[in-house]
Amino acid sequence: MNSAEAMTLSSNESTAARSGIALDVTRAIAGGSSETAPSVRDGVPALAVSERPKIEVKGLDFYYGRFHALHAIEMRIPEKRVTAFIGPSGCGKSTLLRTFNRIYGLYPGQRATGEILLDGRNILDRREDLNRLRARVGMVFQKPTPFPMSIYDNIAYGVRLYERLSRREMDERVEWALRKAALWDEVKDLLKQSGNALSGGQQQRLCIARAIAVKPEVLLLDEPASALDPISTLKIEELVAELKHSYTIAIVTHNMQQAARVSDYTAFMYLGRLVEFNETQTLFTTPGTKQTEDYITGRFG
Amino acid sequence: MNIYTRRKVVNLFNLTASAVTTLFGLFFLTWLLWVLFQQGLSHVDWNLFILDTPGPGDEVGGLRNALLGSLMLTLVGVLIGAPVGILAGTYLAEFGRYAYLSHAVRFINDVLLSAPSIVIGVFVYEVMVVPMGNFSGWSGAVALSIIVVPVVVRTTEDMMRLVPDTMREAAAALGAPQWRVVTSVVLRAALSGVMTGILLAIARIAGETAPLLFTALNNQFFTLNMDEPMGNLPVMIFNFAMGPYDNWHDLAWAGSLLITLGVLMLNILTRFFLRPKK
Ligand SMILES: Nc1ncnc2c1ncn2[C@@H]1O[C@H](COP(=O)(O)OP(=O)(O)OP(=O)(O)O)[C@@H](O)[C@H]1O
Ligand SMILES: [Mg+2]
Repeated sequence: MNSAEAMTLSSNESTAARSGIALDVTRAIAGGSSETAPSVRDGVPALAVSERPKIEVKGLDFYYGRFHALHAIEMRIPEKRVTAFIGPSGCGKSTLLRTFNRIYGLYPGQRATGEILLDGRNILDRREDLNRLRARVGMVFQKPTPFPMSIYDNIAYGVRLYERLSRREMDERVEWALRKAALWDEVKDLLKQSGNALSGGQQQRLCIARAIAVKPEVLLLDEPASALDPISTLKIEELVAELKHSYTIAIVTHNMQQAARVSDYTAFMYLGRLVEFNETQTLFTTPGTKQTEDYITGRFG
Repeated sequence: MNIYTRRKVVNLFNLTASAVTTLFGLFFLTWLLWVLFQQGLSHVDWNLFILDTPGPGDEVGGLRNALLGSLMLTLVGVLIGAPVGILAGTYLAEFGRYAYLSHAVRFINDVLLSAPSIVIGVFVYEVMVVPMGNFSGWSGAVALSIIVVPVVVRTTEDMMRLVPDTMREAAAALGAPQWRVVTSVVLRAALSGVMTGILLAIARIAGETAPLLFTALNNQFFTLNMDEPMGNLPVMIFNFAMGPYDNWHDLAWAGSLLITLGVLMLNILTRFFLRPKK
């Protein structure tokens, strides 16, 4: 056991001692290990053997000023898979997602300790180039935020930051992104129009198009469909399913069916802790803790 | 009296009170405009724009030198003041939002915002007019720009703060460095508000008299040279209204009408900028 593993272990022990929750997870998963259940190492539900982690979270704590919002988070987010984050409101899903591209860094007083390894490199390191990081790790927020410019420019904006494309290549990129986000047919004749003139659902798909236009490696979706109608939601889910072939996706959702439909892995969070992390199928059919079970069956949250 | 009737009575009372006070304000505004038109309109003719202000005893005259002087002073004042104000406002709203310095700057800006304009005139007199040895258009423009700065700083900061943080997050999440977030997203979203601030600042300095008395002073003759004293409408109105000649009084009325209409136009333009666009 190397020192990093030892550290992980000790931080887990302390978590377990503090709350008993992590202990439950460990016991539940270790005890109920069938063939499909991932193996457990150091108290962290590991990924299935073949999965390569894109993001590894080690002993992550997060603070909003004095408020301790995330406690000793340990998890590995597999590459080119969809990982869903579920849990009652205020449990820290958005907070966790916002550490993966360090967007919290825009605000003084918000800080994270521990390690988040993106392809093995710690992005919490002070020397990390945040702009490059954010170009690699895209994010779509819960509320649509079109920029005050044309639909075309909304999408070209991010692309222009890091790529020099010819006029034609840019046109193609914009069309590609809009098609992926299931918005092309509705706006193909309005590309010069302001993004603000779209409906809320259309604006959200515009934001998704904008995020994928820069071709990030990881895509963070914070309740992307909460403002959408069922048809757009379905389109977004199809998009997620398609995108996972090339991108790693983390999605927060309050919709259990959605989590079950789109994700390969699911993380259940409660009160700032990662209570359970497992293959979606396993987590939903045989939840490892009482809390998970109560939550997914709708008894609280 | 039950609670519902009570609420209706209170509502009626408040509605009436606000309607009456609105009418009260409007009454004086219309009265003012009415008097201005009545006294000034008949003296607005071509001569106003092609002849210079008459000296004592001159039969005919216009306001060409004062009009042009006012335009130049205002324009130069805004050209100096607005960029400073926009940059400072941007600093306060974006780069230095949480900086300790910002609190001090905000405080000083508020003080400046409410500083009597005559103090600004005296200040520029001390630091520019006295060392240069004469009254000049430049010192007048600088005095006006000092009035412009706090107005623009304040509106720029306020308008940029109205842009929700989620917009900044969205731009930053694409990997945009902060200066690009600020210039191409936030400033753009706040543009109409910032423009409005500049127009309001223009409206404010267009009628300022006190700071010009100590700086640009006045000039009976036409000049475009900003190193010399410069004619301008407010000081002209002040002098001519006080003067002994009837044709001076007429010109003062005409000038007052022009300046009021100018400010009115600016305010209408401001509305136009603030109108939500489709
Ligand atoms: N800017 C902030 N300042 C202080 N506390 C915050 C801030 N943002 C979130 N919190 C707190 O952190 C905790 C986690 O919030 P977070 O937004 O991550 O929850 P969430 O799981 O995303 O909830 P929801 O499902 O409602 O979006 C909450 O208790 C919340 O009150
Ligand atoms: Mg949230």
